[in-house]
Amino acid sequence: MKPKNFIWKRLTTSLGPFIGLILVLAIFSLMPEISDRFLRLANIKSVVTQSVMVALCALGMTFIIVTGGIDLSAASNLALSCVLVAFSINLGLPPWLAALVGLATGGLVGFFNGFLITRLKVVPFIVTLGMMGMARGAAKWVAKNQKIDAPLTWLNELMTRNPKPGWLLVSPGIWLVIILSVLMAILLKKTVFGRQVQAVGSNELTARLCGIRTDRTKVIVYTLSGLFCGLAGVMEFSRLTVGDPTVATGLELDIIAAVVIGGGSLSGGEGSILGTLIGVFIMSFLRNGCTMMGWPNYFQEIIIGAIIIVAVTLDRLRHSQN
Amino acid sequence: MTGKSQLLELSSISKRFGHNLVLNNIDFDLREGEVEAILGENGAGKSTLIKILSGAYQPDGGVMKLAGEAYCPSSPVDGLRQGLAVIYQELNLAPHLTVEENIMLGQEVSRFGLVNRKRNLEKIREVLNFLHHPEISPEVRVSQLSAGARQVVEIARALVRQSRILIMDEPTSSLSGEDTNYLFEIIKKLKSQGTAVVYVSHFLEEVRQVADRFVVLRDGQVAGRGKICDISIDQLIEMIIGQRLNELYPRIPHQPGQTIMECAGLKSRKMTQPVFLEVREGEILGVAGLVGAGRTEFLRALFGLDRVEGGLVVLKGQSFRPVHPEFSIKRGLGFLSEDRQSEGLALRMSVTDNLTLSYLRPYSSQGLISGRKQKQAASSWVEKLSIRTQSPEEKVWTLSGGNQQKVALARLLHQQASIFLMDEPTRGIDVKSKSQIYEIMGRLAAEKKTVIFVSSYLPELLGVSDRLAVFHRGQLIAVRPAADWTETSLMKAAVTGKTDEDNGKRCEDEA
Repeated sequence: MKPKNFIWKRLTTSLGPFIGLILVLAIFSLMPEISDRFLRLANIKSVVTQSVMVALCALGMTFIIVTGGIDLSAASNLALSCVLVAFSINLGLPPWLAALVGLATGGLVGFFNGFLITRLKVVPFIVTLGMMGMARGAAKWVAKNQKIDAPLTWLNELMTRNPKPGWLLVSPGIWLVIILSVLMAILLKKTVFGRQVQAVGSNELTARLCGIRTDRTKVIVYTLSGLFCGLAGVMEFSRLTVGDPTVATGLELDIIAAVVIGGGSLSGGEGSILGTLIGVFIMSFLRNGCTMMGWPNYFQEIIIGAIIIVAVTLDRLRHSQN
Repeated sequence: MTGKSQLLELSSISKRFGHNLVLNNIDFDLREGEVEAILGENGAGKSTLIKILSGAYQPDGGVMKLAGEAYCPSSPVDGLRQGLAVIYQELNLAPHLTVEENIMLGQEVSRFGLVNRKRNLEKIREVLNFLHHPEISPEVRVSQLSAGARQVVEIARALVRQSRILIMDEPTSSLSGEDTNYLFEIIKKLKSQGTAVVYVSHFLEEVRQVADRFVVLRDGQVAGRGKICDISIDQLIEMIIGQRLNELYPRIPHQPGQTIMECAGLKSRKMTQPVFLEVREGEILGVAGLVGAGRTEFLRALFGLDRVEGGLVVLKGQSFRPVHPEFSIKRGLGFLSEDRQSEGLALRMSVTDNLTLSYLRPYSSQGLISGRKQKQAASSWVEKLSIRTQSPEEKVWTLSGGNQQKVALARLLHQQASIFLMDEPTRGIDVKSKSQIYEIMGRLAAEKKTVIFVSSYLPELLGVSDRLAVFHRGQLIAVRPAADWTETSLMKAAVTGKTDEDNGKRCEDEA
């Protein structure tokens, strides 16, 4: 391996998903039918706003996938939090406390995931599959199987496309994603904790040998991811203005797909926050482009499915070059 | 050797990877009923040659002939079909399947897709009897077998396929002395039947026992060949490393001092007997015994890797019960795993990360890591131990076995351990790296540090240690100065659980 080759490979590692995103943007902006509207600021703003929930959940999911785990309960967790925020507001709690309830629920569900995974030694897939059903069920139970209407509060302005102080330019939700992404990227790549997370995913036995509390690390990661789902639930409530227990059904797969398209490996040890965000936007712009083109839903599903496979295959190829 | 016909013939085989000429004009021949050893350091081209033989790689130049006919296998499966089976260092068995299923995999006697179990079982019994291992039940799951028995299963698999040539890559590296002897018996039987064996190993004593002829590879070329009975081990080593190594076991003068650590009845869940043992500072303590005798379990308990259910450790006057490596590391213990591939190293992380993972404190402030300082520290260790790597940012799996082991060892040095627990520190690595590791052990002892190392290789135990402890069936049966042991007495103690003194003279010095 020549040094030049080495540098090139490092570049492609982070550039791969980015090139994918550029490609998606280029293709749709060259489509004559929508070329005038697709890259408009208004459209971009609306796509990004819609991506807030997936992006928040994907930040946490990146950590989980880097440890070699998976969280199938993410979307149900989001729905439970969303319902509980509405429920709390109806109880007369101040909005900030209601948001805190949503956040805490998410964290608690995540903590239970981590606790069960490390204590019962059951694989994350099974534990979170169970939790997926339980959280969704709990959401429906709290909401008595219907939407919970709640009075409008300032919470509902977190996701608006035209934020109140004009200088914000985009919704507070988007700012939240930006700030948290930067923080999470630092946490993952630049801190001792992040190094431990990567070590646990790369080889758990080695991590233990090096004195890392692997179980504790995992519980923290699942709790962190739960908190992000809870936050996404608050955002979802803000957008919908109701607590809907059936919201985000199947969204967990989008979240996982975003992380994987962004370079996360389900066998652990790999993944980055930047990659994940790019993965989120690849999927959102694809959806948006297909919708604008007037292509039917099933068409989008096929394309996104294919992209997941292509992205992971390319990743494999890059790794097997050595 | 006359009368035995030529089975395999390689002439001027070459192979290059990019600009790297890995094999350069290799000639090699193998006759029926003959054991030929391929020797050489890691990276000398042995593995590449085996892969070419098996069909995993295609040579860039040269001709191969099998029983007089052109042999150019397109894949390992093709090679197997033509009668050439490889038994790899890491055994290739499916642990969830039974012995029968493993042996017959891909070879099932069947009719209309239905497996004819009776015929299969007959075949397997026949082979296992031939291998003198009728006690291995075809019904049992492979995961329940010992390493030695697994090897027998692997050989049986090759025999069922009627392979004419068996290639064994480090077959004894995970075997105890006893199992190794069984393996040699099997090889003798195979020879008598006309099967040829290519034997690749780092254990030169074994090679002398089992092989008829040898080829030494060095830097992709044949550095020497001949009959094994015509050459001494010193000459072989000289041929392998290409320069005169004064002493295989470099002794750095050191003087064991005060007792620094004491195990008082330490027992983990995986140990059958509690262990009482004292070690001194500036001492190298070798731990001998058969594989599975409890040596590894003892080290793991000491480091807090297995759950300890009884006893205490007293270290520098402080007594504690090992709970988790986190605390052990803080107390100054360091552990080198016997399995560097799956436990010792995170292969897909960089050399830097692997080296510093157990002690990141110097590079972090308020939880943030300074990558630059971390890399500098790693670079200096890479240099000190002459670890061969393109850069400290390189992933560990790209390194050779010997260099990987040096990274694992550098981690303990970096975390400033004072008690070094090393489990099979020289397993499967080349001669040069080995002697480097012995040197480090000696230097550590000279710096008043303590080394406890487990090994299955008697010459190195005798050559490096100050004292030797022997385990037998979970029990620590004797601890004596190394000078009081010989290879024979060590082996005997490990196998029988009795020391010479037990039979007549008084048992002295239990240290």
